[in-house]
Amino acid sequence: MKRLAAYLLMLLLSACDGGLWNDPYPASDSGRSILYTAFTERPKHLDPAQAYSENEYALLANIYAPPLQYHYLKRPYELVPLAASEMPRVTYQDSSHRTLPEDAPQDRIAYSLYEIHIKPGMRYQPHPAFAKDEEGRPEYDHLEPKELEGVHAPGDFAHAGTRTVNAQDYAYQIRRLADPALHSPIYGVMSEYIVGFREYGEALQDALKKGKHPDLWAYPLSGVEVVNDTTYRIAIKGKYPQFAYWLAMPFFSPMPMEVERFYEQPGMKERNLTLDWWPVGSGPYYLSENNPNRRMVLERNPYYDSETYPSHGEAGDEKTGLLADRGRKLPLIDRVVFTLEKETIPYWNKFLQGYYDASGISSDSFDQAVQVGTGGEAYVTDEMRRKGITLSTSVATSTLYTGFNWLDPVVGGSSERARKLRQAISIAVDFEEFISIFANGRGVAAQSPIPPGIFGYREGKAGINPVVYDWVDGQPKRKPISEAKRLLAEAGYPNGVDEKTHQPLVINLDTTSSGVGDKSRLDWLRKQFAKINVQLVVRSTDYNRFQDKVRRGDTQMFYYGWNADYPDPENFLFLLDGAQGKVAHGGENASNYSNPEYDMLFEKMKNMENGPERLAIIDRMLAILRSDAPWLWGYHPKNYVLQHGWLYNVKPNVMANNKLKYWRVDPKAREQYQKKWNRPVLAPLWIGGSLLLILGILMRRALRKRDESR
Amino acid sequence: MIAYLIRRMLYAIPILVGVNLLTFALFFVVNTPDDMARMQLGIKRVTPEAIRLWEQQKGYDKPLIFNREAKGIGRLTETIFWQKSASMFWLDFGYSDDGRDIQREIGARMWPSLAIALPTFLIGLFFYVSFALVMTLFRATLLDMAGVALCVTLMSISGLFYIIGGQFLISKLWHLVPISGYAGGVQGFRFLVLPVVIGLISGIGSSSRWYRTIFLEEMGKDYVRTARAKGLSEIRVLFTHVLKNAMIPILTGVVVVIPLLFMGSLLTESFFGIPGLGSYTIDAINAQDFSIVRAMVFLGSLLYIAGLILTDLSYTMVDPRVRLS
Repeated sequence: MKRLAAYLLMLLLSACDGGLWNDPYPASDSGRSILYTAFTERPKHLDPAQAYSENEYALLANIYAPPLQYHYLKRPYELVPLAASEMPRVTYQDSSHRTLPEDAPQDRIAYSLYEIHIKPGMRYQPHPAFAKDEEGRPEYDHLEPKELEGVHAPGDFAHAGTRTVNAQDYAYQIRRLADPALHSPIYGVMSEYIVGFREYGEALQDALKKGKHPDLWAYPLSGVEVVNDTTYRIAIKGKYPQFAYWLAMPFFSPMPMEVERFYEQPGMKERNLTLDWWPVGSGPYYLSENNPNRRMVLERNPYYDSETYPSHGEAGDEKTGLLADRGRKLPLIDRVVFTLEKETIPYWNKFLQGYYDASGISSDSFDQAVQVGTGGEAYVTDEMRRKGITLSTSVATSTLYTGFNWLDPVVGGSSERARKLRQAISIAVDFEEFISIFANGRGVAAQSPIPPGIFGYREGKAGINPVVYDWVDGQPKRKPISEAKRLLAEAGYPNGVDEKTHQPLVINLDTTSSGVGDKSRLDWLRKQFAKINVQLVVRSTDYNRFQDKVRRGDTQMFYYGWNADYPDPENFLFLLDGAQGKVAHGGENASNYSNPEYDMLFEKMKNMENGPERLAIIDRMLAILRSDAPWLWGYHPKNYVLQHGWLYNVKPNVMANNKLKYWRVDPKAREQYQKKWNRPVLAPLWIGGSLLLILGILMRRALRKRDESR
Repeated sequence: MIAYLIRRMLYAIPILVGVNLLTFALFFVVNTPDDMARMQLGIKRVTPEAIRLWEQQKGYDKPLIFNREAKGIGRLTETIFWQKSASMFWLDFGYSDDGRDIQREIGARMWPSLAIALPTFLIGLFFYVSFALVMTLFRATLLDMAGVALCVTLMSISGLFYIIGGQFLISKLWHLVPISGYAGGVQGFRFLVLPVVIGLISGIGSSSRWYRTIFLEEMGKDYVRTARAKGLSEIRVLFTHVLKNAMIPILTGVVVVIPLLFMGSLLTESFFGIPGLGSYTIDAINAQDFSIVRAMVFLGSLLYIAGLILTDLSYTMVDPRVRLS
C-alpha cells in the first residue's frame, strides 16, 4: 500500500511538470512562439482537389500556396500574387485564336488566356517523398508494406527532402481536379470554363471504368499548357474575370507528382498515409501532427522564404499597429496548435484562462463578453477589458435567407397576386427583431442578396429595399404592418382570408429545425405571420428529406444560406438566375426564381469588369429582385472575435483563410498572464480531506461503541 | 465448459446477422445512397454526374439486398448488404466513406476511452461497494439515512450538470486540473483526474443504492445470523461473508459492461476533449457514413455478447455450485 501511494505521488508530481496545474500544454512549449487555437469539427478532406469547407481551408490555406491570395489588410478585398510573381496576364482571343484588344466586346471574346508566372526558387515542405539516396534517386519510392512497420506519419521516416516548385506541379493539380477518383467539387464548374476540361474528365472516367486508375498525363488537356519551369497557361472559354478568384483557392495549388506516387505505394492507405490525410504543400506551414480526434499541429515550413509582411494597408492600419511588422519575413509564428473542442463551455473557459489566444463568442457567453451601446456599436465588457481582451467584428460574406418556391401556386410565380403576397410577408417578418433576439445583434438585415463589402452593395438610402423600408431620419425604417395588410388585401387575401374560397391563408415552411432550441425561433416566425393574420405551418423534417423536397420543388418556404466563394456579385446573383433553377437544372437557385429580364441582365453582368456600367446593371437587377421578392432577404451574419493582448496583427478578413502567417504572439506576456490567472487554490483540498478524516474517526468510534455494547 | 462456450459462440452468429440486417434496414430507410453521396461531396455545386460516380466507386450503385439482374449466388452477393457486411465477420471493417481505415481509427480511439472508463469502473466498483457496505453497516441510523438521501439526490441530477459543475469548480475556480484535453503517457494523468472524479460522483447514487439493497437482502439470511452467533464482528460478517454471497448479482451487472468500456462515453469525451470512441458512431450517423455505423454496431453487439459469456464464466468462479454445460 505504501509503495502504491509513493508511486501515485511520483506520478502526480511528474505529471505536474513544474507548470501550472491546469495548463493543458506541455512545459516544453513554454516561451515558444506558438499559437493556440481550436477546431470544433474534424476536417473531412485535406486533399486540395477535394476540400471545399471552411474548417478544411482553415488548415489547407496555410499549407498550400496557390498563385494568388487576398491582400490581408486592404479593403475592398483585392487579389495579389502569392506564388505568382505578378498578377496573371490575360489575353483575349476570338474563335480563330486571334488576339483581341483588352477592351474587346464580350461577344467577340471566345477564349481568355491566363499566363501565370510563378516565383522561382519556392520550395516544398520537408517530406520523405522528396528524400534522395546517395545516388540521387528517390529513397522511398519502392517501399514494401513491411518497411512501413512503426510508421504512422511522414515524420516517422528517417529522411526527408524538398524540391523546387515548378509550373508542371500547378498544371498537374489542375488535371487532378478532373480525376474521377477524387470527386473534386469544382470539376463541374471548371468543365464549363477550362478549354478541353470536360473532354479530359470524360476520358479519365472511361479509363477508370476499365478498372485501372488512369495516368493523368496520358490524356490531352488543351486548356492547360506548361510553357517552362516557371510559366503555365490556362485557356478559358469566353470571358470569365472571376477565374482569378479561383486561382486564390487551394484547388489551384501545386501538386508534386512524386508525392502522389509515394502515397500510392502498398501499405500506405492502410496506415492513413494518404494525400487526403497528410497534405504536402509549399505554403508557410506544414502539418506535423494529424489527430483530428484530438489535435492538429502546423509547423513552420523551414523552406518558406518567399513572402514578407505587407507594407501597405487601409487608412488607420498604421495607427492600430497593423503595419508594425511591415517587411518582416512570414510566417511570424513557429507553430500553430489546433485542439479539438466540441463544446463551447470548455473552449470559452480555456480562452478566459489564457490557454487559447483568440475565441469566437457563443450566445451563452455573449453578455459576459460584449456590451452593445445605444448606437448599436459593440465593445468588450469591463471584465474582458481588465484582462486586455479586445474585440474585432466583421460582416460575413454570407447571406441567410428564407426562400419562396417560385413553382408553388400560392406563393410562387410572377403574377401580381403572388408578388404582393410575398411583399406583404417581406414587410411582416421583422429581421431586425430576429437579429436582436436570436443573434445578440450580430447581423445586418439584408436589403438584397449582396452583403456589405461586395461590389454592388450600396450604403445609405440608395441601398435600401424600398418595398420593405422607408428612409427616415437617415436610417432605414421597416414599413408599418398596415402597409403589409394593404398589400395582402390587394393580393386577394384581405385580413388573411382568401376572398375566393373564404378560407384562411395557410403557408407552409419546410425546415430541418426541430430541436428544443429551434422552437422559440419558429414560434417567433409564426407570430410574424400572425401580424397579418396569415397562418404559418412549420413542417420539420430531417436533412435528407428537406434537401429532397427542395430538389423536387415540393416546398412553399424554406430556410437556406450561401457563403461566398469569392467577393464578386456574380457569386450571389447567380443564386437567382433562371438557368440555375434547382428543379429544372439541378443548380443553386433553390427558389427556382425565373425572370427573363433578370436572367438577361445576369448574363450580361456576370463576366463584366467592375465599373459604373456593371453597377448600373446590378442596380436594375436588384430593383427587379426587390419587387419580385423571391426571398425574404434575411440577414448577413456578423463575426465577433475576441483576442488576448499578446496576439498581434489580427484583422478580420472574411475572404482570406491564410491569415495565420501574419499573426504574431508574445509568449512571455502570455505566460505572465497565465500565471496570474491560474494560481491553484488548494484550500478546498485541505478542507475536503479534513472532513473525510473527521467522518472516518466518527465512524470508527461509532463502530467501536456498537461492538462494546454487544 | 468448452462445449458450452462453442455453443454460445455459434448462437452469436445469427444474432450478429440479425443485428446487421436491422442496422442496414434502419440506416437505408433514413438515408439513400444519393443522400450519402451528397453528404460526402458537399452541398455546393454537386452535379448528378458526380453523385453517380461516387456511388459507383463506393459500391452504392448496387441493389440493397437482392440483385434481380445477377445470376445464381450473385443475386445475394452482388448487393450493398453483402458487400458492406460480409467482411465484418472476419473483423475486416474496411474504410469509411471518406477513405479512412476504420480498424485503425477504432484502434487509435479505443485507448483514450479505456483510459477514462477503466479507472472509473475499477475505482467506482471499489468505492460504490465500500460505500454501500458502510451504509449497510450503519443501517437504520442517521448515517444510513444521510447516505440514502445523498444517493437519491445524486441520482436526481443530470450527468451534464456534474460535468459542467465539475469543470467550473475544479478547473475554472480552483485551477487544479485542465478543463479539457488529453495527452498520452504519464502526462495524461492530470487530464484524466477530472473526468474520472466526475464519472465516480455521478455513479455513486444509483450504484451504491443498488449494492446496498443487495447487501441488506443478504443480511437477513441464515448464514449471517450463524456468523453473528459465532461471535464474528459486524465488519467481518459484512466484508467476508455478505460480500462473497452478494457476488452473483453484483457480477451480473458488472461483468457484462467490461468489454463495452472500450466504446467510451459520448458526453464525457465531448466535454473533456478526449479523443475516444464515444462520439465515433454519432458523428458517423450525422455524416451518414454507413461503413462506420455498421462497423460500430457490429463491434458493439460482439462486445455485448462477449460480456454475457464472461458473466456466465464469472459465476463459476464465485459460486462452485454453478456448472456450465
